[in-house]
Amino acid sequence: MTLIFGVPIQALTGQLMIGLINGAFYALLSLGVAIIFGMLRIANFAHGAQYMLGAFVAWFLLSIPTLFPNSGLPSIGYWGALVVAPIIVFGVGILMEVLFIRRVYRLDHAYGLLLTIGLTMILEGIFRVQFGSSGQPYQIPELLRGGQNLGFMVLPYYRVWVILVSLVVCFATWFMIERTKFGSYLRAATENPELVQAFGVNVPLMLMLTYGFGVGLAGFAGVMAAPIYQVSPAMGQNLIIIIFAVVVIGGMGSILGSIISGFLLGIIEGLTKVFRPEASTTIIFVIMAVVLLVRPRGLLGKVAK
Amino acid sequence: MTATTLTTDPTSTLATRIGWEKIALLVLLLLALIGPAFVYPLFLVRILTFVLFASAYNLIFGYAGLLGFGHAAFFGLASYTVAQSAKTLPITPEISLILGVMVSAAIGSVFGWLAIKRQGLYFAMITLSLAQIVFFFFAQVGWAHGEDGIQSVPRGYFLGLLSLSDNTVMYYFVLCVSVLGVWFLWRVVESPYGEILKAVRDNEPRAISLGYNANRIKLTAFTISAGVAGLAGGLNALSFQLASLSDVHYLLSAEVILMVLIGGAATTLGPVLGAIVLVTMQNYLASLGAWVLIVQGVIFVLCVLGMRNGIVGTIENWTLRQLTRSEG
Amino acid sequence: MDLILETRDLTKRFDGFIAVNGVNLQIERGTIHAMIGPNGAGKTTTFNLLTKFIQPTFGQILFNGRDITREQPENLAKAGIVRSFQISAIFGEMTVAQNVRVALQRPLATYMHFWRPVSSLRSLNDRVDSLLEAVGLLEFRSLKAKELSYGRKRALEIATTFALDPELLLLDEPTSGLGHEDVDRISSLIKSFAKGRTLLMVEHNLSVVSSLSDKITVLTRGSVLVEGDYATISRDPRVMEAYLGTGHG
Repeated sequence: MTLIFGVPIQALTGQLMIGLINGAFYALLSLGVAIIFGMLRIANFAHGAQYMLGAFVAWFLLSIPTLFPNSGLPSIGYWGALVVAPIIVFGVGILMEVLFIRRVYRLDHAYGLLLTIGLTMILEGIFRVQFGSSGQPYQIPELLRGGQNLGFMVLPYYRVWVILVSLVVCFATWFMIERTKFGSYLRAATENPELVQAFGVNVPLMLMLTYGFGVGLAGFAGVMAAPIYQVSPAMGQNLIIIIFAVVVIGGMGSILGSIISGFLLGIIEGLTKVFRPEASTTIIFVIMAVVLLVRPRGLLGKVAK
Repeated sequence: MTATTLTTDPTSTLATRIGWEKIALLVLLLLALIGPAFVYPLFLVRILTFVLFASAYNLIFGYAGLLGFGHAAFFGLASYTVAQSAKTLPITPEISLILGVMVSAAIGSVFGWLAIKRQGLYFAMITLSLAQIVFFFFAQVGWAHGEDGIQSVPRGYFLGLLSLSDNTVMYYFVLCVSVLGVWFLWRVVESPYGEILKAVRDNEPRAISLGYNANRIKLTAFTISAGVAGLAGGLNALSFQLASLSDVHYLLSAEVILMVLIGGAATTLGPVLGAIVLVTMQNYLASLGAWVLIVQGVIFVLCVLGMRNGIVGTIENWTLRQLTRSEG
Repeated sequence: MDLILETRDLTKRFDGFIAVNGVNLQIERGTIHAMIGPNGAGKTTTFNLLTKFIQPTFGQILFNGRDITREQPENLAKAGIVRSFQISAIFGEMTVAQNVRVALQRPLATYMHFWRPVSSLRSLNDRVDSLLEAVGLLEFRSLKAKELSYGRKRALEIATTFALDPELLLLDEPTSGLGHEDVDRISSLIKSFAKGRTLLMVEHNLSVVSSLSDKITVLTRGSVLVEGDYATISRDPRVMEAYLGTGHG
C-alpha cells in the first residue's frame, strides 16, 4: 500500500474525488448566487432551498406512478429530470421574482437578503411538513453506475459525469455573460437600468429572466445531487452558508471568481478532511477570514468601496 | 447611487414628543412584575432573555445600520461559557454571567473588526460565516457534548446567598438583569456616543468628513451588542439549565432579526414587542412542528414587504397622520 | 505665495483609464478658488483625492506645507479641512439641531463616552442655535433633517461644515440642484463664511463662479487647461472649445 504524507493513496485520492465533487456543486451554486447578486444586488439566501427543490422535483418526477397510480403517467427518470426539473424550478424562480423579489429592488439591499431568508423558511417549512427530516431515495442512472478501478484510485462514472457537466455549465454560463452581446446588455441593464430601458430593452423582463436563470441553475444542481446526496428538506441548509463564503472569497459579483473558488475550496476541504478532519467543516470559513484580511475584495472581485 | 437607509428612526417630527413608547414600556414592566402570578415563570423568562437579545441586536441593526447575520454566535458563546463554568468551577452565577459576557464581547470585537472591512450585504455574509465557525466548534468540541449539549447546569446561589433554584426567584433575577440590560442599551443610544453612532448610520461619508473614525464607532457598537447578547445567552443557559447547539444555530440569528423587524428597529420598545410576539407565537405553535418555520417565513416576508418599520413604526406613522390631520 | 494647499503631479488611474493626470494645484490662503470644467473632466475625482476619500496612484498633496497624501479621511477635519458633498449630505433621521450638534461634538473628548447622558451636550446648544440662525434654519431646529426642502438641506450642510471652523473648506458643487433663489442665498452664505478662510469649490454654475471666486482652475480630461481669474479664462478660446467640444456647458 502506497503512502503519501503518511496517508494511504486510495484514501487521499478518494477524498480528492469527494472534494472535487463538492467543489463542482460549490461552483455551480455559487455561480447562481454570484449572477443574482452581481446583476440584481439580491443576496439570494433561498438558493439552498431552490437547490433542494430541484432535487425533490427530480424525485417527484421519478415517483409519478407511485404518487399518482391512476393517472397512467409514466415515471420520468434522471435524464428527463435533468431537462424538466430545472425548467420547473426556473418557473418557480420567475414566480418568486414577480410576486416578491421585484418589490425590494429599490430598497436598501439588506431587505433582499431578509426577504429571501423568509422565502427560504417558507419553502423549507413546506417540505419539512410534508416529508419530515427523512431523505428520499434516488438511484444513480443505469448508464452511469459503477466505476473504473485505476489501481491508485477508483473513478466512479457518475461522479466524473458531475464534474464534467459542472465545468461545462459553469464555463458556458460565464462565457454567455461575459463574452456575448446578450451578456453585455444584461450587465449594462443592471448597472444603468434607465438608460438601457431608453434604448428599448425591456429591463424588468431581463431582471426576471436573470433571477429565474440563477434559480434554474440551483434546480439543475439539485437534480445532479439527487443520486449522491440525500434528497431531504434540509439538504440546502448548511450548504447556502458555505456558498455565501465561497462567493465572498471569489469576489462578490465575480462569476469567474465564484467558479474558481468553488472548485478550489472543494478540493481544499477534501484535503483537509484527510489530514485534519475536525477542521474540514470550518476550513472554508477560516479561509474567508484570511482572505478578508489579506485581500478584502476577494480573488477576482473589484476593489471595495 | 446611495441606497436608502436601512432603518428609519420613528421619533416624532413634531415639536412635542409623543411619550406613548415610554408609557407602553412602563405598562409592560408593571405586567412583568406581577407576571408569574398568572403565567408559567419560565415562559416569561424565555421572553425576557429574548427581549434582551433582540435589544442587543437592535444596537447594531437599528442604530449602527449594520445587518449582522451571526448574532447567535454571541448568544451561544456565552451560553456555553456560563453552562460549563457553572458546572465545573466553584463560582456563583453572576460571576459565570460576567465570564460569558466577556467571552462574547471579546469574540464580538474580533468578528466585528473582520466583518467591518466590508459593507452592507458582505457584512451580513461574513458575520454568518464567522458564526458558523462557532457553531461547528461547539458541535465538535468534546466538552460541549454535541447534539446533547451541556445539561443540568446548576443555577447556584446569587452572591452566594440567594438560591436561584426556584423558578419564580429565577424569574425576578432575570427580570432585574434584563431591565438593567435594556436600560444600559438605551443609555448607550442616548449618549454623546449614540449621537455619533446614529450619524454614521445615516451618512457615513459625511460623518467621516466631519472627523469621525466610522469603523471605530461601528466596532464599539458591535462589541457592546455582542456582550449584551452574551448576557442574554448566559441568562438563558442558567434559567433552562441547558446550553445546546440551537443556541449557536443560524436559525436563531435569523429569528433575532425577525424580532427586531416585527417590533420596529431603532426604538427601545420595538425589540421588546418583537420578542414577546415571536416567543409567544413559537410557544403556541410548538405542537405544529415545521409549521412554525412556515409561519415565521410568512411573517418575515410580510414585514419586509409591508411593515418595515415594525409595529412601533406603524403605530407612530398612523398616530402622526391622525395628529396632522386633526391640526388641519 | 502663501499656499495653504498644494498638489504635485497628482494622478489617479482606474484600471487603464486616467481620470486625473498630473494635476498641479496651488491654492493661496484666504482666497476663494474654483475648479470648473466639462463633465468627466476629473473634478470630482480630484476632489475625492484631496479629501482622501480615494488614494492617488501617484503624486503628492501638501496642506500648510505638510504631506497629507497618505492621510486617513477622518483625520482631515482635525487638521482643519472639511468638505461638503455633491448630493447634499445630512443625517436624515436626526433633527436639524442634532445635525449641527454632531459636527460640534468632534472637538470634545466625550464623543466615545457611551455611558454619559446626552444631556451633557447641553453646553453646545447655544452655538448650534447661532449657526442655525446664520443659515436661516432656526425655526426648523426640531424637524427631522430629511423633511427639509433640498435648498434647506444644502443650507444645513453648509452650517455643519462651518460648525467645525475649518481653515480650508472644500465644497463639491454647493449650488447643484438648487433653484434661483436658493442659489443666491447659498452663494451669499458661502461668501460671508469664507471671510478669513480659504475655500476651494467645484462648481458648474458659472455666474456663481464669477461672483465668488478669486481664481479659477479649468480642468479638462484630467489635466489643467488654464488658470486665472474669471475675466481671463472666460475670454480664453480653449475654454470655450473644451465645453462646446464635449457638448456640455
